[in-house]
Amino acid sequence: MDLNHSDGGPSTAKILISGGFGVGKTTLVGAISEIRPLRTEEPMSDRSVGIDDTRGVSAKTTTTVAMDFGRISFPSQLVLYLFGTPGQARFWFMWDELAIGAIGAVVLADTRRVADCFASIDYFEHNGIPFIIAVNCFDGAPRFEPEDIRIALSLGPGVPIVLCDVRQRDSVKQVLVSLVRYVMNGSRRPDQMSIG
Amino acid sequence: MTSHEASGDRWFDREAGPVVRPYALTMGRTRPAGGASFDLIDVVIAASDRMPEHFRPAPEHRRILSLCRRPTPIVDLTSEMDLPLGVVRVLLGDLASEGLVRVMSTQRQPANDQRLLRMVLDGLESL
Repeated sequence: MDLNHSDGGPSTAKILISGGFGVGKTTLVGAISEIRPLRTEEPMSDRSVGIDDTRGVSAKTTTTVAMDFGRISFPSQLVLYLFGTPGQARFWFMWDELAIGAIGAVVLADTRRVADCFASIDYFEHNGIPFIIAVNCFDGAPRFEPEDIRIALSLGPGVPIVLCDVRQRDSVKQVLVSLVRYVMNGSRRPDQMSIG
Repeated sequence: MTSHEASGDRWFDREAGPVVRPYALTMGRTRPAGGASFDLIDVVIAASDRMPEHFRPAPEHRRILSLCRRPTPIVDLTSEMDLPLGVVRVLLGDLASEGLVRVMSTQRQPANDQRLLRMVLDGLESL
């Protein structure tokens, strides 16, 4: 059910951009969308309490995240939002916030530091959120065949792997198109339908 | 006047950040009234100009109402207000429970919504 549309307001959708620190998430978002700031200050969840060392700060019950998001407005009254997932483990609570209702996720990978995107892949697999891998081809980074990357990341055969340059608008556009096509074609297995 | 008093009003400037803690605006409440859950991309629209007599709106409530004369996604509203998301949610909960705004939920399972996916795909391909 899409109440927005019937009320004449915008339809909204969101896509997550994930991956390790410094892999180019912000560059990707900036290449294709208008960047805007967002402040969040959320009560600490049980999960972040376990990670933050709160001894000696007994009154601290909230944690602050300053983040950016990307916004693309289309003539069709659709607004697409791109949210980069915060990298630090203490901000895991934000991932759930961002993931619910997302079309899917782009996991950016740097072939020099492949392991950096394991946490993202685990999260999306565990929560049944469709994702594709976008390999950012940095100048001078070793080029690998997509199938080598699939093996390095222990990915199933269905997950698309695309090569991209996050600085190039057209390249980023192709990455997002690949994700949406993948989701349209029914990426999810029946046992992965629920979130959380 | 002592020198301490003379400099007393210079303790806080713009760079010191807000003097009031964010949740002071909500009187310490961290969850919206009535347990409402508002997603980042849900869309808010002002529903009425008539303030109930018992409701004393804060300036921030009024600001939200003026920003949502046109349907506005919560994430844009929050960015525009320059307040933390959690605070905006509580203020929206107040306004929604007084019937002053309506919050239109977006699709929580967009992967099952072929019409929305087609819109996104067509939009992206037209860029």
